[in-house]
Amino acid sequence: MDIKLKIWRQPGPDQAGFFEDHRVEADPHMSFLEMLDVLNEQLLVAGKDPVAFDHDCREGICGACSMVIDGHPHGPRAGTTTCQLHMREYHDGAEITIEPWRASAFPIIKDLVVDRSAFDRIQQAGGYVSVGTGSAPDANTIPIGKRELDEAFDYAACIGCGACVAACPNASSMLFVASKVAHLSLLPQGKVERKHRARKLVAAMDAEGFGSCTNHGECSASCPKSISVDAIALLNREFIRAGLARD
Amino acid sequence: MDLDAKIPSGSLKDKWDKARFELKLVNPSNKRDHKLIIVGSGLAGASAAASLAELGYDIECFCFQDSPRRAHSIAAQGGINAAKNYQNDGDSVYRLFYDTIKGGDYRSREANVYRLAQVSVNIIDQCVAQGVPFAREYGGALANRSFGGAQVSRTFYARGQTGQQLLLGAYSALNRQIDRGKIKMHPRTEMLDLVVVDGHARGIITRDLVTGEIRRFAADAVLLATGGYANVFCLSTNAKTCNVTATYRAYKRGAGFANPCFTQIHPTCIPVSGDYQSKLTLMSESLRNDGRVWVPRNKADIGKPAKSIPEEDRYYYLEERYPSFGNLVPRDVASRAAKKVCDAGYSISKSGEAVYLDFAEAIGRDGQKAIADRYGNLFEMYERITGDNPYQTPMRIYPAAHYTMGGLWVDYNLMSSIPGLHVLGEANFSDHGANRLGASALMQGLADGYFVIPYTIGHYIATQYQGELSTEHPAFARAEAEVRERQRKLLDIGAKSTKAGAERKSVDYFHRKLGKIMWEHCGMARSASGLEQALAKIPDLREQFWRQAYVPGGADELNPWLEKAGRVADFLEFAEIMCHDALYRDESCGGHFREEHQTEEGEAVRNDEDFAHGAVWEYQGVGIKPKLHTEHLEFENVKLTTRSYK
Repeated sequence: MDIKLKIWRQPGPDQAGFFEDHRVEADPHMSFLEMLDVLNEQLLVAGKDPVAFDHDCREGICGACSMVIDGHPHGPRAGTTTCQLHMREYHDGAEITIEPWRASAFPIIKDLVVDRSAFDRIQQAGGYVSVGTGSAPDANTIPIGKRELDEAFDYAACIGCGACVAACPNASSMLFVASKVAHLSLLPQGKVERKHRARKLVAAMDAEGFGSCTNHGECSASCPKSISVDAIALLNREFIRAGLARD
Repeated sequence: MDLDAKIPSGSLKDKWDKARFELKLVNPSNKRDHKLIIVGSGLAGASAAASLAELGYDIECFCFQDSPRRAHSIAAQGGINAAKNYQNDGDSVYRLFYDTIKGGDYRSREANVYRLAQVSVNIIDQCVAQGVPFAREYGGALANRSFGGAQVSRTFYARGQTGQQLLLGAYSALNRQIDRGKIKMHPRTEMLDLVVVDGHARGIITRDLVTGEIRRFAADAVLLATGGYANVFCLSTNAKTCNVTATYRAYKRGAGFANPCFTQIHPTCIPVSGDYQSKLTLMSESLRNDGRVWVPRNKADIGKPAKSIPEEDRYYYLEERYPSFGNLVPRDVASRAAKKVCDAGYSISKSGEAVYLDFAEAIGRDGQKAIADRYGNLFEMYERITGDNPYQTPMRIYPAAHYTMGGLWVDYNLMSSIPGLHVLGEANFSDHGANRLGASALMQGLADGYFVIPYTIGHYIATQYQGELSTEHPAFARAEAEVRERQRKLLDIGAKSTKAGAERKSVDYFHRKLGKIMWEHCGMARSASGLEQALAKIPDLREQFWRQAYVPGGADELNPWLEKAGRVADFLEFAEIMCHDALYRDESCGGHFREEHQTEEGEAVRNDEDFAHGAVWEYQGVGIKPKLHTEHLEFENVKLTTRSYK
């Protein structure tokens, strides 16, 4: 397959970026990132600067991939990370545009690599159950219904990639924050701190400079783990509940 | 080299209790004055960092990923073992201990393994309390499944993403301590050397992967939780950045490296599809609970659609060779059996490396919905990668390098042969012997971090604390200078190769070459002649690397190619130690299969007389055969038998 690429290049955070054109001979069985490996090998052997991009597990779970492909975070296929996208999705002669996540809360480090440490700081603000090592009761002490558990799990499946932010016209991180709040507040273990958690996470999210949610739903549509936008309704409910509480 | 394992005396079941009483404690109000460095933020590193910060220690934690949540533990699919016996099916601490010792082919320490089985039950409690959504029954109790050859159901699981959910639990505990100011986290920071002062591990040299800044960090002890080295094979199921650098640097500073040839090949991975292949994807072992492994019985049928081959012309080789365990034999046995039929010419693909994993019977028996409930996400992943629908055609699978049982030698307290240097999780060598059982890696990583190191580190601090130390100490300056010199050399190869007009070769080119040598000669089957060939080829390749590997970019910026070059350069040295170890171990055991030592049916033959020990290697210089030390393994409780899964 003859693939034409238009790739965002940016030498550093404070330098201007630009699009650069490249051509690659790809195989339909290649993954999208393997196609970029081939491009980088070409560039390298020619003595040119290869394209920097984040990637690691290459099986859709570490959340490192962060490319907007033809306007869609992680590319055209629903419920898929970039590393699980394969070239058989494209036709011979296809032209593909690749950009980094674009959000002021995710500053560009180089080319397609962005700084997502804002997500870590939000989680540090209260995305946990305060239980020290050794003080847990027997695991079967608290029964959890299968339905409750399945619902919490759907939100716990978030891989922290940031596609939701990249897809949102406001660069809002509501789906990310909501997933954590929903995961823990739906489980009995997380209920004790639910008010505190909702307040702290929302405050941290605002402090990082993410935009507000205006119910576009692009976040959920581009989420590689297909997390439902219902999470955001749940976050709003948790936040209001926390606001009304006296403690 | 002092290899006293410091195993407590007394009966097996009392050893850990006794140790916990005898290990000295650090006064609670003094703990804040002791700084500990933890390298790695996977299950072992994150759980250790959180637990030690809770105790009051001052922690600096480092990971090279952009977030601690992306450590490779996240990719574990299947589950985590624990001797809870919730299923009332005969499990016990002793049975988990016994299965692990036997599964490891009697090449691990009884006392360590027993302790692992003991604390396994606490791990599940801890994770559930953190909010880890393990699978549940309708009544609300935890569900279990049998996994990887176990005859009891002791595996706890969270869909096909147990690793991610456990890591998010440990990451949340880590975050809580960061929020409290007890842990300083350094993401995108790679450890490039260990600093040893007066024989004690006292610090590390790091590179900030964004700015390129080289820094010194001093501490009262150093903990490595940096994972395994399966990427020495280039193609493996490990994440792309997994590497041996931290443990190898410690080895070069004097830490013994134990059993490096003990590597695990996972039987159910998606086969290689072309030269561009960048990694191999594992399909959870749980698939073998319902999938049947086969190849055509007649060579004439190779290449025909699977469906057109009648039942009697299919060779279900695991079921026929191992009637009592069938498709559920341990990983090493299943992997070798696949290699054997493929080497004999029965592979179902042109590459010569693939067998079928067929769900037709299970779908017929339980219905497609039941199979989708169990493995839906795995089937989807398979289809995404291969373009084939496994509900309709059997999966194609082949073994791939997956996990490494070898690692830095540690005593019962997880301390390496360098005082103060502690090693946790996959990075150490201790608990899995020559073969790890499925769902035991997550258990060991969390056991080390949550429930072992918090007790044992205090003993080192209380009894061997070396006093305050500044990073101005000459040992830091020397180590930093060496790191800078090495980095300059790596960047210089590119400059030189450009000047000479020579053909530029990428670091990946050399990594792939090394991987091929290792897979062929030090992979699923090894022989003296093959290993000698590998030992002849590796130094040549290394020499070529230092002449031709082109590393673009500079030192003071984000430079993934420089990072990779440093890691591959270490693999090019480390690979030789693996081969020396494999050559030395003149027996077959667990994942280490020496072709010279097999029965007529091709089963592994151990040599307990000469090799019931850990082989621990001491660095002597690059390209020089390392010095061998041994730790004899005493078996006071189990009788060494030939593993049989027939």
